[in-house]
Amino acid sequence: MKLTKLLSTAAMALGLATAAMAEDKTKVGFVYVGPVGDGGWTYEHNQGRLAVEKEFGDKVETVYVENVPEGPDAERVMTQMALEGADLIFTTSFGYMDPTLNVAKKFPNVKFEHATGYKTADNVSVYSARFYEGRAVQGTIAGHMTKSNIIGYIGSYPIPEVIRGINSAYIHAKKVNPDVQFKIVWAYTWFDPAKEADAAKVLIEQGADVILQHTDSTAPQAAAQAAGNVYTFGQASDMGEYAPMPRISSIIDNWGPYYVERTKAVMDGTWSTVSTWDGIGKGMVGIGEISDAVPADVKAEALALKDAIASGSYHPFTGPLNKQDGSVWLKEGETADDGTLAGMNFYVEGIEGTIPQ
Amino acid sequence: MEISSINPILLLASLIVAATPLLLAAIGELVVEKSGVLNLGVEGMMITGAICGFAISVNTGSPVLGLLAAAVGGATLSLLFAVLTQFALANQVASGLALTLFGLGLSALLGQGYQGVKPPAFPHVDLPILSKIPVLGPILFTQDFVVYLAFFLTLGTWAVLKYTRAGLILRAVGENHDAAHALGYKVVRIRVMAILFGGACAGLGGAYISLIRVPQWTEGMTAGIGWIALALVVFASWKPWRVLLGACLFGGVNVLQLNLQAAGVAIPVEYLAMSPYLITILVLVIMSADRSGAPASLGRSFHASN
Repeated sequence: MKLTKLLSTAAMALGLATAAMAEDKTKVGFVYVGPVGDGGWTYEHNQGRLAVEKEFGDKVETVYVENVPEGPDAERVMTQMALEGADLIFTTSFGYMDPTLNVAKKFPNVKFEHATGYKTADNVSVYSARFYEGRAVQGTIAGHMTKSNIIGYIGSYPIPEVIRGINSAYIHAKKVNPDVQFKIVWAYTWFDPAKEADAAKVLIEQGADVILQHTDSTAPQAAAQAAGNVYTFGQASDMGEYAPMPRISSIIDNWGPYYVERTKAVMDGTWSTVSTWDGIGKGMVGIGEISDAVPADVKAEALALKDAIASGSYHPFTGPLNKQDGSVWLKEGETADDGTLAGMNFYVEGIEGTIPQ
Repeated sequence: MEISSINPILLLASLIVAATPLLLAAIGELVVEKSGVLNLGVEGMMITGAICGFAISVNTGSPVLGLLAAAVGGATLSLLFAVLTQFALANQVASGLALTLFGLGLSALLGQGYQGVKPPAFPHVDLPILSKIPVLGPILFTQDFVVYLAFFLTLGTWAVLKYTRAGLILRAVGENHDAAHALGYKVVRIRVMAILFGGACAGLGGAYISLIRVPQWTEGMTAGIGWIALALVVFASWKPWRVLLGACLFGGVNVLQLNLQAAGVAIPVEYLAMSPYLITILVLVIMSADRSGAPASLGRSFHASN
């Protein structure tokens, strides 16, 4: 803690030094949970930041702080950014939810955008991507590719976003492979390469030959590569350097267009509170190229599913679906509403184990 | 639910892999602290070693050269600490923290362009005959040679500190630097050498993560292992074998809890996730009931004029 605190302080000091000259520029701040070089989640948010810089050039100034722990320390970093004159602040991790609201209360003139949360205020918008749509495509491929019928899943924290992903992947894997079983490991971290690698190795040792991850580094990819016949999917970023094996596809977060749009809204004075939740259709979620390691018919099936989701003709959570305890969740043909999805805290029928509370 | 899906042999083998970087860094720090210097820069030296080792081994194609470079990189960074604290008499706590921050930044800078690059594979050494022993063979004798190096380093450190004149002098400097100085020992020189040794060990530990355990380069990839190594030295009451025990416990419980999770054992995950820290601290605290304390001069600056 002490270390990260100092780190962020040091980064803030740097930010201060460069802040002085920009009076009429729109200043946009970004709070990152990992390093921009993680190759996954934070990397893509930083690509979004660069897209903003590219779009508006001299009219905008961006600042960012990496490795900000989720919790009270995040509040300090955001406060500092607001004091330095940021007009718009993107806080890019679920755990920044309450800190963002607390700081937003103190700075009514600064606009805040919180990623993957669900609490809004007059000056706080939330935005997220429907990653579960991508998980449906992954689940389909994973169900076909597994030979041991064991799919390993590295979870970060048991929050609705992660649970949604597990459910979506499971439903679609099960659909193409009724014998499939999920083994889930919670890493309790977004970013810790050594721990993620350990988790991947453990899953492989216990028979998993497809690994899905909801953590931010590429370490599980490296572990799968070392093991040989194991398939993985890029998470948040393409992780294309591990293609065609073990990485056979990926979910890519594309934040750039949204960041550009919201920055423009602040410049024009048209910014208002919104809850954005876009998926494959709007391009916020991308599916990375499905590599040659996947048979052509599986690839075609996955792409057809992707297109159906993009056009809105198919919803990944379509009934009949039961909850883990066997009670009915969605009846035949019914689709899940966004409210239930946003707060999802249960496994669907067939997944073993309990969600940590 | 299905403990049987856990393979105890693979579990113990990965325990050793998880414990090695921690052991390397902690043994280095133990020697440093025995000489009376508190270097909080372990994390910084580890991550610097991780990228130095990674870069050199990618560029030369030789993992062994990479490990050497990691040791040199860690030692070079620790030299900065040595100059600050031994010659400029700066505060050791502050200098150590600065070293960690500097190391993290420097490694991120050096690491530009190495993300996603694959390092050359590290050869596993299957010791002839020994690796054929059932159960023990696959656990102990099919590891990479750094594991053996770490073990012999622990053995060597223990023997040198306990039985040799050099070890006695090192401990004397750490217990009472004024008395050691009065006896004619070069306090500053001895401490600088200890700091360099600690840096080299931490660098090796870092490279073990980036070259063997993960193996890839990502910014901040040591993710706090240096701090755990520091704590381990204290909880092990500055005794090499306890450091080894602590490292194995920590690495072992960590791997075990992941295994239990994957096997679907019905223990709440929160307890499993905190168990490595709890169990390691608990065991070592109980063992240190014999009140073997810290080196008396730990963290105090020395200058011959005082």
